Amino acid sequence: MMRHLLSRLGQAVVVMIVMSFVIYGLMGLMPGDPIDVMIATNPNLTAADAERLRALHGLDQPLLERYWNWLSAVAGGDLGYSRLFGRPVLEVMAAPLGNTALLMSLSLLMALAVALPLGAAAALRPNSIFDRLVNLLAFAGISMPVFWLALMLIIVFAVMLGVLPAGGVQTVGGGDLVDRARHLVLPVATLSAASIGQYVRHMRAAMIETLRNDYIRTARAKGAGWVRVVTRHALRNALIPVVTILALDVGTLFSGALITETVFAYPGMGKLIFDSIMGSDFNLALTALLLATGLTLLGNLLADAAYVWLDPRTARR
Amino acid sequence: MPSIRRRTLWVALLLGLFVAAADRPAAAQAKDQLVIGITQFPSTFHPAIDAMMAKSFILAMTARPVTAYDKDWNLVCMLCVTLPTIENGLAVPETLPDGRTGVAITYTLHPQATWGDGTPVTSRDAVFTWEVGRHPQGGLTNVETFQRILSIDVKDDKTFTLHVDRLTFDYNAFALSLLPAHLEREAFANPAEYKNRTTYDAATTNPGLYFGPYRITEVARGSHVVLEANPTWYGEKPHFPRIVVRTIENTAALEANLLSGSIDYIAGELGLSLDQALAFERRHRDRFEVVFKPGLVYEHIDLNLANPVLADRRVRQALLYGIDREAMSQQLFDGRQPVAHSNVNPLDWVHAEDLPKYPHDRAKAAALLDEAGWRPGVGGLRRNAKGEPLSLELMTTAGNRSRELVQQVLQSQWRALGIDVRIRNEPARVFFGETVTKRKYSAMAMFAWISSPESVPRTTLHSSQIPTAENNWSGQNTTGFSDPRMDEIIDRIEIELDRAKRKELWRRLQHLYADELPVLPLYFRADAYILPRWLKGVEPTGHQFPTTLWVERWRAER
Repeated sequence: MMRHLLSRLGQAVVVMIVMSFVIYGLMGLMPGDPIDVMIATNPNLTAADAERLRALHGLDQPLLERYWNWLSAVAGGDLGYSRLFGRPVLEVMAAPLGNTALLMSLSLLMALAVALPLGAAAALRPNSIFDRLVNLLAFAGISMPVFWLALMLIIVFAVMLGVLPAGGVQTVGGGDLVDRARHLVLPVATLSAASIGQYVRHMRAAMIETLRNDYIRTARAKGAGWVRVVTRHALRNALIPVVTILALDVGTLFSGALITETVFAYPGMGKLIFDSIMGSDFNLALTALLLATGLTLLGNLLADAAYVWLDPRTARR
Repeated sequence: MPSIRRRTLWVALLLGLFVAAADRPAAAQAKDQLVIGITQFPSTFHPAIDAMMAKSFILAMTARPVTAYDKDWNLVCMLCVTLPTIENGLAVPETLPDGRTGVAITYTLHPQATWGDGTPVTSRDAVFTWEVGRHPQGGLTNVETFQRILSIDVKDDKTFTLHVDRLTFDYNAFALSLLPAHLEREAFANPAEYKNRTTYDAATTNPGLYFGPYRITEVARGSHVVLEANPTWYGEKPHFPRIVVRTIENTAALEANLLSGSIDYIAGELGLSLDQALAFERRHRDRFEVVFKPGLVYEHIDLNLANPVLADRRVRQALLYGIDREAMSQQLFDGRQPVAHSNVNPLDWVHAEDLPKYPHDRAKAAALLDEAGWRPGVGGLRRNAKGEPLSLELMTTAGNRSRELVQQVLQSQWRALGIDVRIRNEPARVFFGETVTKRKYSAMAMFAWISSPESVPRTTLHSSQIPTAENNWSGQNTTGFSDPRMDEIIDRIEIELDRAKRKELWRRLQHLYADELPVLPLYFRADAYILPRWLKGVEPTGHQFPTTLWVERWRAER
């Protein structure tokens, strides 16, 4: 097992280096640079200004040279300064990262807490009215556009009922824990809606498949109670495909949700990454995207460990 | 039993709603603070690094430029005591060593102007700002403005004289914000690192950075900025002890926040689009006052004159005759955006009334196209003698609802004239960063210019300002318009001090513009200010100086 994990760790490092090159290259291929945008919007910018600013921001060097400089600096522990914000990258990322981690974790937990029991329960009575209702809700959650749902929630709960804030992280000037929680209700509900639908569908399908297995029938034949069969035998095996999806979602915990963050004026990583890419802020964009990549890889490593726990046969394969 | 459980559940739900309602944001109730909603968050708080409206909007509350244009478009002193003029002797033309005429301009700063930490605002700050601005590695966007100042003589703590290398009609406009030398000098020790070390971003809440009616006391990047009354402010005491500027980029959410009471006012400078504001006004005019202020944002279509079709002036004129701009303004914008007949706004004193206009006249447009050799062919599409179709590409910024709407109307009106117009839009970053700047659009590019009152269009119309690879794609004459008559007028306007003579030159410029049509003028954009009925004193300017330069006059009145 340890050997397997070490091998995956090695792969992860290679993937990270390749990803950094790909991201850097793609950003470098984007048409125009920030100085071109400045020229378009600032009538007083002269040719000499443009040249001077390109040199100042290192944009006059070839892409490969810039990438190598960046990689060497990162290897030395220096993530550099954000070009857009003129501050160290980690300082710029700190608050949005915390906000996003909280929002996305709560959304994921909420989604799992609702979806797993619902999906499993629906699978126990396939094609029943309950199952159809759960399916209907799951499809509704998946197919509802996030921005529409977000605006509807704001209109109902903030504008019409006036019971929840329409956006932000907390009441300006400070807020207690309750205040922060109130600000999280609508974005968490928005983000959970789509995830609930997705996890319900996966859980239901996996559970139905598992319940058809011979060992379930054997367990029942040996006299095990229905509840025991479901919780001890079926559920653990049905969770394996769900864990795979979950592992992929770990990366998004820190990369944010652009649309939801924008609608709820929630300063998180989604918006920061978008702005940094559009503003050719290489240091910031690379650090943020590589963090997401790293966490996705970590999620997959954890998923590997979870497979073994859920199904010990995995370790022997 | 189940019914009791259900009832309990309902009671709990109602109780929850009641508790939540009781805990609504205080901002909606108390008026000792004003919460303003805007759609952009500044990437930096340094007054001279990167030009951003969000930053200008916030910083105008915390500091004042030496001079600015007021709501009546007059140049006034903001930080200085008397506006220097040649007439009052504070501006004196002088001959430079190379024989050119320069000017010495003497400014006296307000005697009580004091930074928030108690340090007086002095001539030393003016000299330091100039040192930073003109340094090639200072990180400021345009050093040319600073490099025009040849030297500064400090007369005393509050008085200094600028020696400028040319005498232009706007010689006394000094719209720069001073930097606090006592805080920033250390950060500027290594000029190349200045943009990363400036106190404005490293310690934004340092009171010593501000001398205006407010100072920044809290910054939540991407979310909000809190400003509190500055005790060292020398002017009229502001009515609101606290102002919060919240950033909500999505305009539908911005509107919802206003209705829910999370914000009090949506600023016109960075607020709802005009169509949204019109719809909002229809629904909520009882609670809010919507002020539409047409200004200096000039929506137009740049024509690529390197395109052989558009090089023909008759085609350009036919394109303008072929569209009904009045109807568009009425139907799409409720008549709030005046049709533009040149690049000069009718509110500007140099606007010429006797301009040739291009009212919608399809017959005239058709005749001009016939004359230019584009005759109706199969399917109504016009073709030239070689059989080539009259087909043009129209580009604009993707996702800009108003522009995309206008674009569709234009396409259908030109189609009715036998012109095939293909729409191809790009994200703003690509459109401005590559396509427009490098003149890569094949025919037409729709966007806007923002300018100041009596802004000389050197960068957009002078032949020396055509972007090319050789000049690093600088300049904004993206149509490639080159006319010696225009060059001469622009050169003369800049140095003509006599108002009457200058007005005549402006008249000639606008006539030439309207005759040659390097650009199709559309309309002047109007900003919509969504004010609660109790908020008084906000006076939209219509130009690039934000309303917040007079924020101390804002007040709550029931």
